[in-house]
Amino acid sequence: MTDILLETQGLKKYFNSPAGEVKAVDGVDLIIRQGQSFGLVGESGCGKSTLIRTILRLLEPTEGKVFFKGRDINSYRKNELLKLRKEMAMVFQDPHLSLNPRMTVFDTISRPLKIHGLARKKQELLVQIVELLHTMGMQAEHMVRFPHELSGGQKQRIGVARALAVEPDIIFLDEPTSALDVSVQTKILKLLEKARQERNLTFFFISHDINMIRVVADVMGVMYLGKIVEIGPKELLLSDPLHPYTQGLFQAVPEPDPDKIIQEVQLEGEVPSPINPPPGCNFNPRCPFVWDLCKEVEPMLKELEDERRVACHKY
Amino acid sequence: MNTAVNIENIEKEIKELKQKRTSQLFLTWLRFKRNRLSMVGLSFVLVIIFIAIFAPLLTPYDPYDTNPFRRLENPSREHLLGTDELGRDLLTRLLYGSRIALQVGILIVLFEGFIGITLGLLAGYLGRWVDEIIMRLVDILRSFPVIILAMAIAGIMGQGLYNVVIAIGLVGWTTYARMVRGKILSIKESEFVEAAFSIGESTPSVILRYILPNVLPTAVIMICIMMPTALIASATLSFLGVGVQPPLPCWGSIAAAGRDYITRAPWISTSAGFFIMFTVLGFNFIGDGLRDAFDPTSKRN
Repeated sequence: MTDILLETQGLKKYFNSPAGEVKAVDGVDLIIRQGQSFGLVGESGCGKSTLIRTILRLLEPTEGKVFFKGRDINSYRKNELLKLRKEMAMVFQDPHLSLNPRMTVFDTISRPLKIHGLARKKQELLVQIVELLHTMGMQAEHMVRFPHELSGGQKQRIGVARALAVEPDIIFLDEPTSALDVSVQTKILKLLEKARQERNLTFFFISHDINMIRVVADVMGVMYLGKIVEIGPKELLLSDPLHPYTQGLFQAVPEPDPDKIIQEVQLEGEVPSPINPPPGCNFNPRCPFVWDLCKEVEPMLKELEDERRVACHKY
Repeated sequence: MNTAVNIENIEKEIKELKQKRTSQLFLTWLRFKRNRLSMVGLSFVLVIIFIAIFAPLLTPYDPYDTNPFRRLENPSREHLLGTDELGRDLLTRLLYGSRIALQVGILIVLFEGFIGITLGLLAGYLGRWVDEIIMRLVDILRSFPVIILAMAIAGIMGQGLYNVVIAIGLVGWTTYARMVRGKILSIKESEFVEAAFSIGESTPSVILRYILPNVLPTAVIMICIMMPTALIASATLSFLGVGVQPPLPCWGSIAAAGRDYITRAPWISTSAGFFIMFTVLGFNFIGDGLRDAFDPTSKRN
C-alpha cells in the first residue's frame, strides 16, 4: 500500500446566503494515496468544486482538517501557503475563462516559474516553457500567442502546462474536458495520463461525466449533496455499485451492450436544497430502499472489504 | 541532447516575441483603421486640434478686439462669418473657441475619470461597506438632473473655467465608477483570477497583472466616450451663463449671445452650434471605433 498523500477529516464548507446556510461541503473524509488517480463524480451543485477549492485553501474551510503529507495545512501561514501552492496545482473547467486574456502564453506559464523561483533568467524560462509546451504537444511558436489566438483545446493544454510548471505532487482537475469537443477531450486526457506517469503525479479529478471518470480514474468516489456516499476501486464500483444513489447514477448512463441486464433503480425527484437537507440520510427522499432509520440517523462512511467504503444503512 | 536545437529556437523566439509585442497594439490600430466612421471621427478631431494649435496663424484678427462701428456685420470677404454684437470677428472667436473647448473637455474627462476610476476600483475590489458607501453616493448624485446639479455647483463656486471642470466632474465621475466597478466585479470572480491565486500570486500582483490590464481598455474607451458628453455639458453651462466667463471665446456663450440676434444674424448661433456638433461627432466616432478595436474577441467585420 502506498503512502497517504492527502487526507481530509470532517471537512465542511458552509456559505451564508439570505435563505440560510448553504452546506456545500458537509463533512467529507477522504484519503488520496501517492500516485493515485482519484475521480469524484456527482451531479452539478453537489459540492465537488467547493470541495477541491477548500482543500486547496482557495476557500477557507468552515470546519474540519486537511492533511497534506501528514501536515495540517489549515494552520499554514503565508510562507507555508506559498510553498503549498507549489505542491498542489489546479486545472480549471473552462479554458476560455481560466487564462488571463491580456497575457501571452509565455507570460502565463512563466508566472508560476517566477513566483516559485524555478527559473529566473529569461533563457531558463524559455527552456522550461518550451519543454512544457512540448510535453503538452504544442510548439514553441505558441508562446507568443494570446489566449484568443488559440483554440479551446490549446488553451486547456496551456492550463495544464501552467499546472505542471511548478512540478506539483498533486493536480486537481475541475472538469478539465467538459468545455471541449469530444475529439479534443480524448487528446487532453491522453496527454494528462502520460504526464502523470512520467512525473509520478497524483490526480484528483472531479466531474459530472461518469464516462470521463471511468477512463481516467483508478479510484472512484461518488458525492451527493455535500457528502461522499461511496468510495472504492473503479472496477468494483462500476461492476457492483453499493449505494442506491451510485446505482441510480450509473443507470442514467446509456448502456452500449443491449444484452446486459439492467437492474431498475431509477433516480426520481430532484436533489434537495443544500440549505435545508433532509434529516437522517441526505438521499432518503429519493431512495427506493428507504426505511425508518434512514429518516433519523445519518449513515457514516463504513469500511467494507477491498478498500471500499459506503455510507448507507443497508450495509 | 537537443539542447542545442532548443537554444537556437529560443533565440528565434525572443525575436518573434518582441515583434509580436508591438504588433498587438498595431493590430488594435488596424482594427480601428478598418472602421470608416472612426477614421472620419479621427480626422474631425485632428482638424479641431490643428485649429486650436494654429489659431493665431489662421486669422489676422484678435478674438478680443472690439469695434463698436462694425457690429453685427454680414459675412463678407473681410469677415468671413461677419462680426458679433461687439464688432469682433466671429470666425476668429470660433477658431479660438476650440482651445477653450478642448482644454475644458480634456480637463473634465481627466478629472472625472481619475475620481471615477479610482472609486470604481475601490468599490469593485474591496466590496462590502466601501462599495456600499461609494455606490450609494453614486445613486444620490445620479438622481439629480446633471445640468441642474452642475449649475448649482457652478452657482455656488462662481463662474470660471476651472469651476466648470469641477462642477461637471463632480457629477460625471459616477458613470466611470459604475462601469469600472461592474468590470472589476466580473473580473474578480473570473476563473483566471482564481487560477492566479492557485499558482501562488499575491494580492497586489493579481491586481496589477490580472485585474488592471483587463480594466484599462474599458477606462480608455470610457474617457473617449465621455469626452462629447463633457463638451456638451460645458457648452450648455456657458450657454446658460454659468460657465466660462463671456470675454473668453467659448462656443456655448457665443451661441447664447447670438440667440438675441437670431433673426438678424442667424449665422452666429448656428456656426457656434456647428463647431460644437463637429467636435462632439468626431469624439463620438472615435469612442465607438476604439470600443470595437480594443475588444479582441469582437467578430463584427
